Amino acid sequence: MNSKVTVNVCMGTGGIAAGGDMVMAEFIKELEAAGIEDASVNEKCRLHKVGCRGFCARDVLVDVAIDGEVSTYQYIQQDMVKRLVREHVVGARPVKEWLVGDDYHTFHDNQTKIVLGDLGKIDPESIDEYMGVDGYKAAEKALTTMTPTEVIDTVKESGLRGRGGGGFPTGLKWGFCAANTADQFYLICNADEGDPGAFMDRSVIEGNPHAVIEGMIIAAYAIGASIGYVYIRAEYPLAVDRLHMALDSAKEKGYLGKKLFGTDFDLKIKVKLGAGAFVCGEETALIASIEGERGMPRAKPPFPANKGLWGKPTIINNVETLANLPHILTKGAAWYASIGSEKSKGTKVIALTGKIRNTGLIEIPMGMPLKEIIFNVGGGIEGDKLFKAVQTGGPSGGCIPQQHIDLPVDYEGLASVGSMMGSGGMVVLDETDCMVNISKFFLEFTQSESCGKCVPCRIGTKRLLEILTRITEGEGKEGDIDLLLELAEDVRDSSLCGLGMSAPNPVISTIKYFRHEYEAHIKDKKCPAKVCNKLLTFFIREDMCIGCGMCARACSVKAITGEKKQPHKIDNKLCIQCGSCFDACKFSAVLKE
Amino acid sequence: MINLTIDDKQIEVDEGTTVLEAAKELGVPIPTLCHDDRLKPFGACRLCIVEIAGMPKPVTSCTTPATDGMVVKTVSEKLHRLRKTTVELLLSDHPNDCMVCISSGECKLQELAYLYGIRENRFTGEMRDHNKIDTNPFITREQNKCVMCGLCVRVCEEVQGVGAIGYAERGFEARVTPPFGQNLDCEFCGQCVSICPTGALSGGIWAGKPRGDSVKFTDTTCTYCGCGCNITLRSSGDEVVRVDSDKDNHNRGWLCVKGRFGFEFINSKDRLTTPLIRREKGGQFEKATWEEALDYVAGRFTEIKDKNGADAVAGLCSARCTNEENYLFQKLMRAGIGTNNVDHCARY
Repeated sequence: MNSKVTVNVCMGTGGIAAGGDMVMAEFIKELEAAGIEDASVNEKCRLHKVGCRGFCARDVLVDVAIDGEVSTYQYIQQDMVKRLVREHVVGARPVKEWLVGDDYHTFHDNQTKIVLGDLGKIDPESIDEYMGVDGYKAAEKALTTMTPTEVIDTVKESGLRGRGGGGFPTGLKWGFCAANTADQFYLICNADEGDPGAFMDRSVIEGNPHAVIEGMIIAAYAIGASIGYVYIRAEYPLAVDRLHMALDSAKEKGYLGKKLFGTDFDLKIKVKLGAGAFVCGEETALIASIEGERGMPRAKPPFPANKGLWGKPTIINNVETLANLPHILTKGAAWYASIGSEKSKGTKVIALTGKIRNTGLIEIPMGMPLKEIIFNVGGGIEGDKLFKAVQTGGPSGGCIPQQHIDLPVDYEGLASVGSMMGSGGMVVLDETDCMVNISKFFLEFTQSESCGKCVPCRIGTKRLLEILTRITEGEGKEGDIDLLLELAEDVRDSSLCGLGMSAPNPVISTIKYFRHEYEAHIKDKKCPAKVCNKLLTFFIREDMCIGCGMCARACSVKAITGEKKQPHKIDNKLCIQCGSCFDACKFSAVLKE
Repeated sequence: MINLTIDDKQIEVDEGTTVLEAAKELGVPIPTLCHDDRLKPFGACRLCIVEIAGMPKPVTSCTTPATDGMVVKTVSEKLHRLRKTTVELLLSDHPNDCMVCISSGECKLQELAYLYGIRENRFTGEMRDHNKIDTNPFITREQNKCVMCGLCVRVCEEVQGVGAIGYAERGFEARVTPPFGQNLDCEFCGQCVSICPTGALSGGIWAGKPRGDSVKFTDTTCTYCGCGCNITLRSSGDEVVRVDSDKDNHNRGWLCVKGRFGFEFINSKDRLTTPLIRREKGGQFEKATWEEALDYVAGRFTEIKDKNGADAVAGLCSARCTNEENYLFQKLMRAGIGTNNVDHCARY
């Protein structure tokens, strides 16, 4: 066998969770058993650890390439490896039924990958592989051929804006910082990704940590920072490990430390683990946390660019922002500015989740219409249900309804309908989602993550949540919608930091677009999406019930009675609408209305 | 210098002045709850918000530095609405038991409720239950009344340098607490008590004591040490019920545990109110007048000096006395008695 065989196993957090490490071990074992490694003189068969390619829902994803011809398999488990090796690697007959389908290709082909470009292709634990794709060339170019001002100007011209949520022009922020006179400047990489369902930063660090480090070198050089921090969640152990590994190997190669690339520029990067507070993603709270204080936001001004960590000028950039920099420096500002929409340049990495066929990590050019993201890249709504809304920007964002499906996804577009880009979370909702319940879900999150410093956020979000809860439990009162809106606006307008300012967005946007659902809950005591159990009546269809008794056993208040093999009945006076019978019935005989 | 306009009034202030300080100088009232000009600005209560031309949202005046040409509005319908909502939210999580609260009449939250005319509250719901009975006799914590202004935490850190309390938990359950929720165990200086805007922190020995009109205020000087902190005694009838200190004093209102809480000796049964003389060895102390006692002491000093010389007498004074008293004491010893044997615990 003279063909060069390469097997790539997805080993991101998603891949490992799906059994990637076992699949990989099995490949090593089976390839050895098949004598393939012995047969090759050169390194013919390589097993890569590759990072996330964005399609975690199909994990474990495996590429088998023979002579450069790549076949991609999905849902691979340990016990499937033997057949893959036997039939595909040895027998040169791909296992057709396990190959990915057309949707896998529409998912990838409609994306524009810059930040995610090398993810899933290179081994994140090898600096040589990163250098093999021109890694650290951009940093070298910046440090050896450009002045810091030229770097700032290039980033300004590129139109790059902060990817952490705020969307502030990166080059402009650097310019403010560099204009200070100080004995020390700091650069912080914000990897405290906390939005529920968001995993953009985690995937980038896990899949290509060197790109982030290279971005940090460029940013630090531009502002004159000799010390950098990566503030990363402790809940991302794999990302933390790979980051440490990457920092160590960069140091060994001389890309970090003293006199980088033969210049007089020094840079030391430290890693600081977050302790799991959502608010520490807010830059002033993040600074407080690095300083050893409780993660509580501070008033701005002064802005961190002028007075940040330890009172020194500090730039805080998000992981994705930094990972864009090597590409901008290599290919030029004009190239970057040519991608995207008028005011939002480049691409955005989005975590696409919810009731959608292709969930995963995607990268799209700014300005791509929502419709294309959901129906082309995302493959449409799961189970062919009706699209209802999409929640963007995580718990701080808003819900965008059907009527705005053609909206371009960029900073301005999302803001114009009361939502936001945020860090790039996108949760697709279908007709079976209750919008009151959705806004309650997000409020539960923001309320429990409020630091408690300022009154509107600490007590205001609590009262919002209580009103929402009573509406979903059928205790909603006349006037509750107006009260919600009044309070939501006041919390938005008077809170101290971004958490409180944006926490009411889900409430405001769902009332704006789905007021009728709120009214149905309050006036008719009905949940149109049949989600809020307290507003539902449960009953058993006699013609469907086979009398198995599962529902009766699941009922904690003994509201269900019936003889064996005879249709059962629910006593609605006793029923507490917990929904256990509905979940327990295997014959769809329990209905709710 | 910086020129700015606040509510159509012009003012010139130094660089670094906050909008709140500038407004104060102009006599423009802005409500605050978490602010104290002796501490660093915090920006937590959101009551001092103002509108500044060119800024998209109201900002807190306590944290915003004045800049040249700034145009500030401290009163508007919007600001009134936001401030009122904040006060209502605070009251929705407050016991509202002013009638039996030790801080009634001196409570900033009570005053705000009055200013914003909050008879009915739009917001009701769960209330925190963070009360904890401490074992110390000095500081009583009624945390259900805490408004999380952070003044106590900051005074402990910034002024006292102790850091005995901090924040714990998140969201609605966020609270101020000693480490690990244990009993308060600190110096008990009571700076936190003096700065608490509500009844959340109070002196244990004040409880149930008269307040309001029946209390007389007397400015005096603390006698515990030579620092001479200015204090204000609150008394009712013959009894001192509480000690305060005005923040405009040279000690800026800060006191120590003795000055603030150590006043029970004044009305103590064990306190000496007249001199006592023991006329012979092994005899009983007998009450005497000051004249009698001073004559007796002077007589004995003269006796000892005549018999054994002036250096047989030595004087030891106290750091608790003022400079003037200590000066007079050494004068008495050196010029009156004629000895240099004079000292005190902090040395002359």
